[in-house]
Amino acid sequence: MAAILWMPGLLPGQTNLLTVTPPPKQSVKKNAEFTAKVDVQLRPGYHVNSNTPSDDYLIGLRLTWAASPLDVQQVSYPKPSMEKYDFSEKPISVFSGGFAITTRFRIPAGAAPGMMIVTGKLRYQACSNKECFPPKTIEVKLPVDIVN
Amino acid sequence: MLVSLHRSLLAAAAICGMLVLNVNCGNTRSVRAAVKPEKDRKSAPEFSLKDAHGRVVKLSDYKGKVVLLNFWATWCGPCKIEIPWFIDFEQKFKDRGFAVLGVSMDEDGWEAVKPYIEKQKVNYRVVVASDEVADLYGGVSSLPTSFVLDRQGKIADVHVGLVSKSVYQNEIEQLLDNKAHVQPDADGGNPVDAGPASGPN
Repeated sequence: MAAILWMPGLLPGQTNLLTVTPPPKQSVKKNAEFTAKVDVQLRPGYHVNSNTPSDDYLIGLRLTWAASPLDVQQVSYPKPSMEKYDFSEKPISVFSGGFAITTRFRIPAGAAPGMMIVTGKLRYQACSNKECFPPKTIEVKLPVDIVN
Repeated sequence: MLVSLHRSLLAAAAICGMLVLNVNCGNTRSVRAAVKPEKDRKSAPEFSLKDAHGRVVKLSDYKGKVVLLNFWATWCGPCKIEIPWFIDFEQKFKDRGFAVLGVSMDEDGWEAVKPYIEKQKVNYRVVVASDEVADLYGGVSSLPTSFVLDRQGKIADVHVGLVSKSVYQNEIEQLLDNKAHVQPDADGGNPVDAGPASGPN
């Protein structure tokens, strides 16, 4: 009973605050490189800290990939924007609106051919001008078909 | 599960309706600096958590005091802005029976919180939330979330998100001035006097 006495957390929530379009399936030859793009869309009025947050205490956006036969060469983030909010004394480094994170993979020469799913984790922490939501991690699935 | 969620949402909607004068529930914002009438206030759920020194802090320890119960986190920018206000309130109103109680929602617990509150020179008591306590207060999924409690431990107002310092100050002063309505404890004794010393952590 007490648990439903007061529930401001249920009211605004952060459902659908950030959505990710999963990268399309890639067919890649062994010993070749390819780039996978993860499209991110934030609800208007909200932002996430960039991958290079302005304060040590802020939690930055980060895309990581689980170990797989693929080699992760580089994860690239867009150029962040410096925005001033009601809560910040000076502009802070953020992403807002729509943006893409790209990852360059390399298929090793010895990789076994066939379909596989590479799993990534996107960690972010979102805020509006007035409030912040707890850090969240969402899974990103990248289907890859390794061909000879 | 679905029934439970449905019930919770219905309850939230009901509370939202009750609070329509205080907050806009779709985009929760305080629109006035006035506390709810006494008859409409509900008791703040009791909890027991530890402070930075490992001492147990119960909300009921604060009965008899006006309390600003502030849910916050080190990663929350708007929360950081409020901290100097709360330091000021603690200093200014402490002798009139007021205390700030910060409840950190940091997943990393004291490892993250302790250096932060030392750096910010926080002069009020801080505890680290458990999932159970967060659930008691509705999950507290958005920060800052602050509950302004009267001397009887009842919720006089709630603010989700950043509001101005003057909103808090007006409400605190309003509740502090309302001494005539302090009720004795259930055992018929006097109202609990001081609660814990709300010194630095």
